[in-house]
Amino acid sequence: MSPALRRLAGLMRKEFLQIVRDPSALAIAFVLPAVLLLVFGYGVSLDAREVPLALVVQSPDALTDSFTGRFAQSPYFRPSSFRSIQGAQRALAARQVQGIVWLQSDFTRRVERGAGARIGVIVDGVDANTARIIEGYVQQVWAGWLRMRAEERGEAPRMVLDPEARMRFNPQVRSRDYLVPGLIAVIMTLTGALLTALVIAREWERGTMEALMVTRVTVREILLAKLIPYFLLGMGGMAASVLMAVLLFGVPLRGSVLVLAGCAALFMLAALGMGLLISSLTRNQFAAGQVAIVATFLPAFILSGFVFDIRSMPVPIQALTHLIAARYFVSILQSVFLAGNIRSVIVPNALALAVMAAVFLGLAAARARKRLD
Amino acid sequence: MSRQILALLVKELLAVLADARSRWLLIGPPLIQLVVFGYAASFDLSHVPIAIYDQDGGEASRDLIARFAGSPTFAVEAVLRSSRRIDELIDSRRVEAVVVLDQGFSRDLHTGKPAPVQVIVDGRNSNTGLLIEGYAGTILTDFGLAWAADHGGAPPAAVLDMRALYNQTLDSHWFIIPGIVALLTQVITLLVVGLSVARERELGTFDQLLVTPLRPIDILLGKGLPGLVIGLVEASVIIAVTVLWFHVPLRGSLAALYFGLLLFVLAVTGIGLAISALSATQQQALLGAFLFMVPSIILSGFATPIANMPPWVQDLTLLNPMRYFLVIVRAVFLQGADLSSLGSQLWPMAAMGLTTLAMAGWLFRRRMT
Amino acid sequence: MEPTARETDGRSSAAAGGEPGDAPPAAIRLEDVRRGFRSAGRTVQALAGITANALRGQVTGLVGPDGAGKTTLMRLIAGLLRPDSGRIEALGFDVARDPLDVQARLGYMPQRFGLYEDLTVRENLDLYADLQGVMPERRAPRYADLMHMTGLGPFTARMAGRLSGGMKQKLGLACTLLNPPQLLLLDEPTVGVDPVSRRELWQIIEHLMRETDTAVLFSTAYLDEAERCDQVWLLHEGQLLGSGAPSDFSAEMAGRSFYAVATGGRRALQARLAQTAGVIDAVIQGGHVRVVMAAGAPPEAKMLPDFPDLVLTPTAPRFEDSFVARLGGGRHEAVAAGSRAHSEAGAPALASGDRAAAAGPVITVRQVTRRFGDFTAVDNVSFEVRRGEIFGLLGANGAGKTTTFRMLCGLLPPTQGALEVAGFDLRTAAAIARRRIGYMSQRFSLYGDLTVRQNLNFFSSVYRLTGAHQRARLAWAGEEFALGPMLEAKAGELPLGFKQRLALACALMHDPAILFLDEPTSGVDPLARREFWRRINALAGRGVTVLVTTHFLEEAEYCDRLLIMAQGRVLNEGTPDAIKAAARRPDRPDPTMEEAFIAAIEAAAVPEAA
Repeated sequence: MSPALRRLAGLMRKEFLQIVRDPSALAIAFVLPAVLLLVFGYGVSLDAREVPLALVVQSPDALTDSFTGRFAQSPYFRPSSFRSIQGAQRALAARQVQGIVWLQSDFTRRVERGAGARIGVIVDGVDANTARIIEGYVQQVWAGWLRMRAEERGEAPRMVLDPEARMRFNPQVRSRDYLVPGLIAVIMTLTGALLTALVIAREWERGTMEALMVTRVTVREILLAKLIPYFLLGMGGMAASVLMAVLLFGVPLRGSVLVLAGCAALFMLAALGMGLLISSLTRNQFAAGQVAIVATFLPAFILSGFVFDIRSMPVPIQALTHLIAARYFVSILQSVFLAGNIRSVIVPNALALAVMAAVFLGLAAARARKRLD
Repeated sequence: MSRQILALLVKELLAVLADARSRWLLIGPPLIQLVVFGYAASFDLSHVPIAIYDQDGGEASRDLIARFAGSPTFAVEAVLRSSRRIDELIDSRRVEAVVVLDQGFSRDLHTGKPAPVQVIVDGRNSNTGLLIEGYAGTILTDFGLAWAADHGGAPPAAVLDMRALYNQTLDSHWFIIPGIVALLTQVITLLVVGLSVARERELGTFDQLLVTPLRPIDILLGKGLPGLVIGLVEASVIIAVTVLWFHVPLRGSLAALYFGLLLFVLAVTGIGLAISALSATQQQALLGAFLFMVPSIILSGFATPIANMPPWVQDLTLLNPMRYFLVIVRAVFLQGADLSSLGSQLWPMAAMGLTTLAMAGWLFRRRMT
Repeated sequence: MEPTARETDGRSSAAAGGEPGDAPPAAIRLEDVRRGFRSAGRTVQALAGITANALRGQVTGLVGPDGAGKTTLMRLIAGLLRPDSGRIEALGFDVARDPLDVQARLGYMPQRFGLYEDLTVRENLDLYADLQGVMPERRAPRYADLMHMTGLGPFTARMAGRLSGGMKQKLGLACTLLNPPQLLLLDEPTVGVDPVSRRELWQIIEHLMRETDTAVLFSTAYLDEAERCDQVWLLHEGQLLGSGAPSDFSAEMAGRSFYAVATGGRRALQARLAQTAGVIDAVIQGGHVRVVMAAGAPPEAKMLPDFPDLVLTPTAPRFEDSFVARLGGGRHEAVAAGSRAHSEAGAPALASGDRAAAAGPVITVRQVTRRFGDFTAVDNVSFEVRRGEIFGLLGANGAGKTTTFRMLCGLLPPTQGALEVAGFDLRTAAAIARRRIGYMSQRFSLYGDLTVRQNLNFFSSVYRLTGAHQRARLAWAGEEFALGPMLEAKAGELPLGFKQRLALACALMHDPAILFLDEPTSGVDPLARREFWRRINALAGRGVTVLVTTHFLEEAEYCDRLLIMAQGRVLNEGTPDAIKAAARRPDRPDPTMEEAFIAAIEAAAVPEAA
């Protein structure tokens, strides 16, 4: 073994021993991802089900029953009847119901006369997203009712259009199926950048970096010896997360595992590059942790398209998202999990990741000098 | 308040404000989060790229395409003449949806047959997909009603008259930004309180404090009060930015908002002090704060409704002070709530504040003896 | 990379100062080396033009107080920093140009020994062997040698983090010696390490010097260690005050050092001598006062009319005398201010002399035991301290003195036994008891982000001073400790000596009856230390009881009584003179405090080993 290889092997062995013995490294690499996945997998859902809904029918009869009955059958609503609109509004204000459907006393008369009966719908607009989803559900119920009524009366349906929506890749519209893959990118950012930045800052703080530097080790060897173990650790965390996603949360994995692994490796390199760069900027763990959270974790969370749609963001912020590695990886993950090996998504995004990895690692290597100043 | 506690409070505030690093902690991340969340975190859709596969090519279909193109929600990227590119456009994420109009679209309309319209949505982000469906549905319904009116067809038996209370335009910024008041207040209070004892332990000044005539309760108060003060000040700044910069209406009683804020900050201070008492180093305190913060934000209803969570997780959120304060902030901002209507949200926070402070006091005494 | 040629005669010729032509190549050659650091917007000149040479086969001591620039110089030589100007040559290489060539032949132990605490002793050795390119087949004998030399043999499987300070230091040294270096840089290896371990380290170095011609650069703040070096570079505030053999330094002080004895008490005598013209140094050493006279100012027995029976006995000069002489003479205006204040407030008390013995106990420790899990840190310790006494607590690392100290301050409860301070148990007594104690720890635990004034305000308020009294005490602190010009400076940015003064001012704000000092002078320069002890002496003279822990055995000389601990038990108790007398042997007629301390520890260790 050449002296350079021996030095590298020695440093890497040290790193592995430290990882195995340091509970916080293992916690960040494995426990934190598991906890985050569990919390998100179970806690985060944008799928409104059983929305509490107030039904106010001022003069109930068979016609109004045929309408309100459809709410009771819908899995999206949990209706309750109110006598007066005032009572329903009080319930809305008290957040006991999220919407009101109001049939006034002249409803049946107007429907039968064909004189443009109106169905009053009031939604709680505080949670705008949920409100929109509720509005969509109410529209579906209403359209269904119109169709049913037309069929019952043997009339030709009076519908002008017959819309049909098809949700590709996620026909059951489970938000977990897209949140969990996206979350993996966030978690890997945490392992890659935060952990690396912390462990290098720790060497500075404890004075061991100084001792390393005066041996004949080269800077490249020091960087490689950090890179390889944490790369493997990150990939381990990745594998564990993917297993959890597929086995625990039942997220389909439609693309190939190899493509996933390849892209994950590229992303991991970019994340590690960021971590190395952060650690070259700050030499104390506290500051490194701060910078890593603000510069990598939060953007990965908010600006990666993981939850919030990038194309609906203001243009300057959209431009900013191009600097965030997680953005490319989230796109790859959502495709590989839900859609499959889609070349037109994977290739450009993987290229972007490769470029980012090269830039970050290059910068880290360029900044690293075997000196303290 | 005794002079000693006042001295501790003053010292604590001076120390936080004099140290560049902790000043950054108070100003930097909150500012970034406020801007980023304020602008980027929104569920509203705008300029969503779509394509339309128009097999009909008639006047009616052009009219419908114009409706999509005119909507601020959608940007029509391509009008396709063949079906070949549909899959490619969706798969490559160049468009998020494709609207397919049948060959017989115009004919069906004129013969009074319901004209089939297919909306194919990219479900890789199924929330966006659902919203796209909703928006597209509204455009199609409006088109249908207009067509019927223009061509003397009978109107539907009943029409929906939809209204949203509190947020007429359903602007989701109004939902997210008041939530940031709660989010940032929690983050800052927790960091200020959680790290302060650990920092003194690391510097060795904690021993110095312990040998002074200060009693444990004095130290507890002296450490907790700065968090309270800083939390309240920071929250006030964020509230001001929310109202003045982001123009979110503040409709309810400020007194109710601040009473809720006070109880919330108290509860968070108690948690911060408990973390403080348990951790020996700032590193541990930071990790502890992080471990509490992430689940508490996710399970608070900040971004996703608690009602959508499984029942056991919903029960868990009852222990999360932020859950209650979020309701208060949003109720006061958007619903115009006052104190009397918020009792059910206030008392759990008060109870949590008392419990966590008592627990922190106990942990403190135990660590000292 | 073993040194190929062993120039056995190199040492003697170099020591004799032979012509540059025959002398072995200098291991280190510094030419007008300058280096500054930017801090808080201004440049601090850490090294202001250093020119010096160090030779192979010699131990060069880099001596100076904290902040003198020792670490910066070490890092420059190791190639970790670049000089702003000037030239550094090590082992014949230009360090700035070829750092890797130097580093391949270098052993460097940074201040915290550079060990991985979560790796075992063996794993640390393996790592550094890999890094230094020690071939696997050569490792076993080398490890064996080093383990034998350092006595770490039985601990190879132990985590480095669980070694004592002295053992860490030896392991750090072993790691730098795996591949015998041609130049060994040791940055303050003896800081925070007890006297026994310090002596063992020196034995290892002496052993090394006998076997190789390695050049050693050894930095230290302990001036007494300078005397063990072949050559000394005396550094102060970035300037080289002098270089040469330690004997050269002391030679210039020949005939100027004396022991003074007189009735009326050593403290009063010391205070009086310190203010006498012609005296540049007066420190208490056991029962007498050690006096150093200015050049050309021979002492007379009658120079102090108020001490008519003054007796002066000449004694050998020390390295420290020369340090004080080179720096001395009104360097700190605070020294003058401090002593002025003392001579007013403290004079009546001083006149009564050492009267501590008359008063009853103020601190009582009765059969105190403290356990941490299975480990007994303090085992059935009892002692008493009387009013106005300066009482020293000594011990090796892990001897239990810190635990005892923390129990006395009320920071830790005893597992068994009773402690009383001023009649109260600090654990249980109300906060009121704590108003009577002052506490100052080795790290000068102040709020570094607050200004001097804010620190003083805070501590005075915490000690419940109010109104006019508070204002008066604040004014007193500013005056007494000469903090006036620094009031608006951040405490963290003060020079160490000022920090120490501020820490003492804060501890004395409320005029405590008892003062606890935990390693109060570690790292400060000898002048600041003298000034500090002048104040402490004056306080003791006024009846303040002082309890002090220290590694600095010279400091033990200031104490009225000492307690030496080992393995949680009391080994020895008595006056410094009595303790030294107990260690007297035919081959050691006049033992130093350090020799006496080591003798006591070793005497205790023998029966255990047997």
